[in-house]
Parts: sequence; structure tokens; C-alpha cells
Amino acid sequence: MTTRDGVAAAERIEVTSDQDVVRVRQLVRATAVAVKLSLVDQTKVVTAASELARNTLVYGGGGSVEVLRVENGRRAGVKIVFADQGPGIPDLDLALTDGYTTGGGLGLGLSGARRLVDEFEIDTEAGRGTTISVTKWCR
Amino acid sequence: MDRVPVLKIGDILLVSIQIDMEDQVALQLQEDLAEKIVATGCHGVIIDISALDIVDSFVGRTLATIASVSKVLDADTVVVGMRPAVAITLVELGLSLPGIRTALNVELGMELLAKARAELDWEAGDSGDDEDEPAVTAP
Repeated sequence: MTTRDGVAAAERIEVTSDQDVVRVRQLVRATAVAVKLSLVDQTKVVTAASELARNTLVYGGGGSVEVLRVENGRRAGVKIVFADQGPGIPDLDLALTDGYTTGGGLGLGLSGARRLVDEFEIDTEAGRGTTISVTKWCR
Repeated sequence: MDRVPVLKIGDILLVSIQIDMEDQVALQLQEDLAEKIVATGCHGVIIDISALDIVDSFVGRTLATIASVSKVLDADTVVVGMRPAVAITLVELGLSLPGIRTALNVELGMELLAKARAELDWEAGDSGDDEDEPAVTAP
């Protein structure tokens, strides 16, 4: 389904390589522009998407990212759902702590991404994969 | 895979990142720069990120690593041209890029490097302590 401005209302990207992370960034950027997020908010949501898509790839062993245009009464926004069938996150509180990492990174991906969006939901269980859904609304 | 070109201008290596880099491209740039510093004996590196519409934790970490590696190879690094929205997002993400010198544009970056080098030459013989160089911190 495509809307008047040519940006799909919902689009899905399978994430299996570095290149797919770049595609996720580009799709989120295009959608954020289409729903008229401010420049700073576009930058924040694209950065959050980049962190989370990389997590899907590196920790989840690949997965899918769905980018949706959403509306809530008068406000428009972008919702992004990251899903993988990886090992899941055994200790979520720890994983959401700044600086905690199991992958040799800076440990800012998950905690930092949460700060950059308006809504952040995470569903994970050890051995059952991880689904993270984030939303950024227009102000 | 794309590759970011490294240009030599006098005593400076100039890198202008014009593409949305895959993680591998960023790592390749890190290697290319280290090799080029050694091959040319340049004492300064300027990385222009004015075309980047986001800097996530991976790119941020890569910039910090480049600065540290350059330092060990006797070259100073200045990151120039960061967009305001990128600066706001980076700080909110939790990445304030400590240890990275910044300047608003290439010209100011070159001035900063020239000044740092002149002071170093002036102090030569006075041990290799670089802690007295003018510190310009990230915005």
C-alpha cells in the first residue's frame, strides 16, 4: 500500500547483512520525512533504528524490520518493529543499562535508542528471540 | 563495497565521508587511514562528516578509534562539520565523543591542526607531553 507521497504505509526489510542496516536507515528516514517529523526528530529516530537494526543483526543473528506510518488522533508518527529469532535477552534490566555490552560495543545501543524515541516496548525471553517496537510522534 | 577516499594535502590527510557507510566501510576507513598516516608521515587527519545525517554509536566509536590510533602514530585528528541535529542526537544517545577534537568546518580544522603542531614544535625537546595542546571538545 502506497500513499500519495510515494512512501509506503508499511514496509518490511529482512536484515541479514550490514547493507540491510543501511536500507533500514534509509527507509526510516524517508518515512520520518513523509510524516513530517522535525529534522532533529528525524535524526533521532533514524539513529535509534540504526542501533536497533544492528542489534537485530549482531545479537539476534538477523531478523526483520517493519516500518509503519501511524496516527494517533491528530498526531502522525513512525513506528518500527524489530524482530529476531535469536537467543533473546536473559537479563533485560542489565541489557538496558548504559555501558553494558556482551558484544564488544559501547553498550549504548539499546539504552541510547530508548532515550531517542517516545515509545519503547520490548518482548524477549531467553531462547525465544526478541521483538522491539519503537514509535516517534510528531510534536 | 564502497570505499571512502583519503586525500593528502600538504601535511594533512583529508577524509570527507559522503556516503551512508556500512559498518564494514567504516572499519576499512580506519585501516586505510592508519596505513596512509604511516606511508605519508602526515601529522594531521581531518574527517569531514558534514554530509552525514546520522552518527550512531558504531560510527562514533570508529571515529574515536581513528583518533586514538592516529595519536599513537603521531598524528592529530579533528572531526569537522557535524550537523546540529547530529550533535543533539549523539549527546542524547549517550555518546559525547570524549577525546575527539572537533571544529565547525575544514578550514577551522586545518587552523586547529596547524596551531597544535606549531606549539608541539615550539615545545620540542620538552618531552613528548601533549596534554598542553589547546583542547577543543565536542559540542
